[in-house]
Amino acid sequence: MIDTGTLWIVIIGLGIGSYALRFAFLGIVGDRPMPAWLLRHLRYTAVAMLPALVAPQVVWPAATDGQADLPRMAAAAVTLVVGLLTKNVLAAIFSGAATLFGMLWLFAL
Amino acid sequence: MPSTTPKTRTRASAYWKGFADGAPFLLVVIPFAMLFGVLATEAGLNVLETLSFSAVVFAGAAQFTALQLMQENAPTVIVLASALAVNLRVAMYSASLTPWIGAAPLWQRAIAAYFTVDQSYACSVVQFENEPQMTVPQRMAYFTGVLSPIVPFWYASSILGALVGTQVPDSWALDFALPITFLALVAPMLRTAAHVIAALVAIITSLLTAAVPYSLGLMIAGTLGMMAGAQAEVLLERRKLRHD
Repeated sequence: MIDTGTLWIVIIGLGIGSYALRFAFLGIVGDRPMPAWLLRHLRYTAVAMLPALVAPQVVWPAATDGQADLPRMAAAAVTLVVGLLTKNVLAAIFSGAATLFGMLWLFAL
Repeated sequence: MPSTTPKTRTRASAYWKGFADGAPFLLVVIPFAMLFGVLATEAGLNVLETLSFSAVVFAGAAQFTALQLMQENAPTVIVLASALAVNLRVAMYSASLTPWIGAAPLWQRAIAAYFTVDQSYACSVVQFENEPQMTVPQRMAYFTGVLSPIVPFWYASSILGALVGTQVPDSWALDFALPITFLALVAPMLRTAAHVIAALVAIITSLLTAAVPYSLGLMIAGTLGMMAGAQAEVLLERRKLRHD
């Protein structure tokens, strides 16, 4: 369970922080150029952080007490492949979910 | 492609063009916001806390990251740093929109900053490049138009998710909704070899550092992934130059 005090610190801190991220450039940097090396690193934040966040959950899911789970691994793989091939976020989500539910249902038989 | 016949736009037509371009994103926004409401409720947040989270932070991926790490009892500093790192891309959006709407009054830019999200950025940058003759007020009208259908549903769907949250049974395997959503968001972004290298380095590092306390593994993995992507980009460009 999440502590209420911590929760509000995170909500307010994250609110201020993510607003600052958006305002810093639009409001303060204006159209002054940013160093190329910084832009080059910023280009890869999303593709590095998001997979890093989910990788442990795919390999050691909390729902199975950290036991590797075939339906979840397969669902992750299908989502990634469909997303890569179709470039369509919704198609990837639906294929991944269908794989997960399909395999969970088969395994429960 | 810039159109060859200059279109005459009014602020109203720019607004409604934005509205039409933004509306299809409801298919993504509604389930995404509901999922946040459901997961937040399962983590013990009440409806007011869930709505405040969505309204104050207004950044889906960062909200999910913070929620996940708080449930893992990560220290607050790590929660904030990781969630902000996940959200660093909005700084890129903000930087990229500045040449187009940087001349708007400060109060408008201050409001636009809060509403700079994936959908408003993606639509706006395409529209502004296609019709470079649009005036700054018309661009702001378009930006507002994109957000008009999305924002009310973002708030409302968070509340709806929070209300149904505790009634969702375990067999729905909602624990895995977040990994699937994030992987689906990332896959289309893997456009170049450098993007793939960044993701691979981040994934491998994150698995190797999973035992590092305070969820610091995520920060290490994210940083190494970004450095690998940036380095790969430089090397690939250099190789291309040599071949030309």
